[in-house]
This record gives sequence, structure tokens and C-alpha cells, in this order.
Amino acid sequence: MVHALAQEMEWIARILEGERDLFHELIRPYERAVYMTAVSVLRDATEAEDAAQEAMIKAYRALASFRGDAKFSTWLTSIALNEARSRLRKSARVRVESLDSNEQEEDYTPFLIADWREIPSETLEREELARHIERAIDELPPMYREVFLLRDKQEMSIDEIAAAVAVKPNLVKVRLFRARMMLQKRLAPYLKREAPQRRRLFSWMGRRMGGRA
Amino acid sequence: MRLDCKHVWPYISDYIDDTVTPEERRAIEAHLETCEICSAILDSVHNILVLTADDRVFRLPLGYSERLHERITAELARAAPESG
Repeated sequence: MVHALAQEMEWIARILEGERDLFHELIRPYERAVYMTAVSVLRDATEAEDAAQEAMIKAYRALASFRGDAKFSTWLTSIALNEARSRLRKSARVRVESLDSNEQEEDYTPFLIADWREIPSETLEREELARHIERAIDELPPMYREVFLLRDKQEMSIDEIAAAVAVKPNLVKVRLFRARMMLQKRLAPYLKREAPQRRRLFSWMGRRMGGRA
Repeated sequence: MRLDCKHVWPYISDYIDDTVTPEERRAIEAHLETCEICSAILDSVHNILVLTADDRVFRLPLGYSERLHERITAELARAAPESG
């Protein structure tokens, strides 16, 4: 990844010297991450797309201020976060979601299960299942949702998230733990009920047919 | 270091990220070996994270990339980056 940063620093220098079109190549690997960052805050596809575009334009204008102290992706992510958060503040949709007020009362006890049958990714071909997971994530308190998506969707490291969100790494870990436990509690009963039925039937049929042969 | 179920749960997240100490890891794994419930909870959390990471969850809007690059093309034609 050091190699990637060196390449990016070279491109940035060339863009600043006038090869502006290279900016398309520079941001191409991060298009998805910037959108995901925006949607983690705004929870609306259209607004997130606007915010993502604006964040990219702001990154272009401010390109000379990127010194390579952090990864380029972390720098872009924090621009996208700031853009999305400022839109959220301006938006009439903004709801009062105080994190501190309910922090003590939240229950992080997981959904208790005696066994877990792996749910394969192919199950996501079922639209309703993917949408159900999205809804559960959308309903997380905003600070938990942000950190959760940066880590488990964009696969940023704890330290990168701490830098992008501007909080201590330990707080990132606490928020992540809470987000994951809330999702487990919310999703495990649903997934257990909805997902493995077909598989179970097939493995049962396989055993039976094997028994007959 | 011995752990019961309630004390294992807060570590599940760090365990998945491999940010626990070696001593914590040993204690967690000793517990998991004898506890079906905590093992199943760990498996379910892990499974949910795998599903979340899949591109079919939170798809990009159709045409997102094209519109983004059109906007960038317009901006590049308009101005150079601000000098730092």
C-alpha cells in the first residue's frame, strides 16, 4: 500500500502541475467508499450521491493541501464525512438523535442461540434479505452506524477510522462493539428464520436419498 | 483469567478484529471451546459482517460513476485546484 501512496503522490503532483485529467484516475478506486461514507450519514441514496460528488469536487479544489501524512483514502473519507454531516445539519429531516441520552439504557446483550448455521452470501440474491440488513443498519444510532460501515463495509482499520472521524481509537472500538451487538440482536433471529430453510431441506433430502441407495 | 458468558460478549467484537491481548485471546478461546451459546453468537456476528461487506448490500445507485465523472470533467474544465 506504500506503493499506492507513492503513485498517488506522483499523480497529485502532476495534477497540480496541470495534468488535471489524472484526477479521474486518482479517485476511481475510492468512488464506492466515498458514496458509502455519505450514505452512512445521510441514509438516502440521492442525497448521498450529491454529497459524494460534492466531496470529490472539494477534494479536487483542496488537492494541494494533501501532504501524504495520512492515506489518501482516509483524507477523502474525512472530506466525505464532513460534507455529509454538514448536509445533515442543514436538512429539515434532521431528527434529534442524542447518543448520550440513551447510551446507558441501551442493552448490548446478544440474541442467544445454541447453534448457527452459516448463511452463504448467495442468499443475498434475495432482495428482501439484503434490504432487511440495510434497514437494520440504517436504524443504528448515527455514531454507531458511521463507525460500523467504515469498518465492516469499507474495511478501514480502527486507526484510520479514528483519524477520519476524529475520535480516539478506543472510542471507535466501543462504538463498533455496540453496533455489532445491536445488529446481531436485530438480525440473527430474522436470518435464522429466513435464510437456511432451503439448505436445510436439501441436506435432509440428501441424507434420506443417501440412506435409500 | 477465567470468563463467563456475560464477560465474553464485550470481547467478541475485538476478538473478530484481532485487537485482544494474547491473554484475553486464550481466555476467550478456552470459554468458546466449552460454550455452544457464545460460539454460536460469535459465528452469527461474523456471518452478519460477511453479509454486510457484500456488494449486494447497499448497492451503488445505477449510473453513479458516470454522473460523478461527468461532474468532475466539468469542474476540471472550469478551474485548476486552489494553490496550497
